[in-house]
Amino acid sequence: MDSLIDLSEYLPRLGQGLVVSLQLTALSVVFGYLIGLVFALGVSSRQPWLKWPALVAVEIGRGIPALVVLYIVYFGLPALGVLFENFWAAVIGLTFTAAAYSSEMIRAGIQSVPAGQREASAALGLSRTTSFVRIVLPQGLRSSIPPLMGLAIMSFQGTSLAYSISVNELMSQAYQVSTITFQYLAVYTITGLIYAAIAVPATWLSVWVEHRMARGAV
Amino acid sequence: MGDALLIVLLGLPMTLLVTVLSFTIGVIGGIPLMLGLRSRTRWVRLTCRFAVDLIRGVPPIVWLFLLYFGVSFGAIRLDSLNAAVWGLGIISSAYLAEIYRGAFATLPSGQAEASAALGLGGTVTLTRILAPQALRTALPSIATYLLSLLKDSSIASTIGVADMVFNATMFARQNPATAGIVPFFIAAAVYLVISIPVAVTARRLDTRLRRTA
Repeated sequence: MDSLIDLSEYLPRLGQGLVVSLQLTALSVVFGYLIGLVFALGVSSRQPWLKWPALVAVEIGRGIPALVVLYIVYFGLPALGVLFENFWAAVIGLTFTAAAYSSEMIRAGIQSVPAGQREASAALGLSRTTSFVRIVLPQGLRSSIPPLMGLAIMSFQGTSLAYSISVNELMSQAYQVSTITFQYLAVYTITGLIYAAIAVPATWLSVWVEHRMARGAV
Repeated sequence: MGDALLIVLLGLPMTLLVTVLSFTIGVIGGIPLMLGLRSRTRWVRLTCRFAVDLIRGVPPIVWLFLLYFGVSFGAIRLDSLNAAVWGLGIISSAYLAEIYRGAFATLPSGQAEASAALGLGGTVTLTRILAPQALRTALPSIATYLLSLLKDSSIASTIGVADMVFNATMFARQNPATAGIVPFFIAAAVYLVISIPVAVTARRLDTRLRRTA
């Protein structure tokens, strides 16, 4: 019991780490989804010089481990003379991964919009751009909401990889606390439960949203 | 460049070993969890649902650190390879259970009803009628999951398993002036070389299954 009391002194550090994890999540999801939208438009484009670079970027982002992306940003950019704080290196790496995954979800959403929508807006005399931006895109984005919610949860869990480039997020704090207190089992169990306490209810929420949307209620 | 290539490639067998062993644990471990998720008894179903969500809610790196640093049997601790394989294996069981469950859910209820009408028992219906059809539906998702497991196996490097990423990190640290980013690019290229053919096959399989269905 004594050891658990010792441990409670260090719980605030885990809380501070969680705040950094959530900041990483928010930044990488916001920037990642915006870039993901650009990638999705690029991949769907008929122009080969737009389509192929976007496709290659997406396949690279999805094909290599997020951990390797982080190392490339962290070890690689200084070699090009660009110096980033660890935190921003993590944001860049996680953003790229989120962009690659989200672009496929957004593209699938856009493709799921029935062709009749486009034809109807053409029949109403809307230009191709207006029809895409005002008619097709909003419906496509709407149907990609549930997978994008799932990806945000994965991104939150993925921030734990930033430990490997010494960002002071939850996993790093847990590692430090465990080496000070030697309470490895307790510290990592608590840390795991903190991640799960956010990820599990968020998963239930995304499932609920998916069911509602499947019934056409939203 | 040559040195870096050699050292990173020396980690490839370990990357594949971790992936294959944890996938095997997942393929087998997912079966009882899937049966639990489909159970008619409410508390079994809810317990399994909670277990699957909890396992998936904890990031892989936390699982590996928990098993590597936290678990001991008397004086014996898991070595890093065992911790990585079991950690990723537990996670795979949960993900694959969910994939299996999803595949069973797509089967028309007429299949189970028809085999009941033919007088087949519950076990025969499950193993001979439902499972083969569900497996077909599940294959593309299973292949996609195997790829994400291949990528997640890189996390084993954080607890000292000498896979490709571990070797790349070591090489970059030992040759800071010359190596820089090169070993990581090599590792990245190897992951792509392995995953792109699997991804293409899975996509083709998926289109074919959709067409026949």
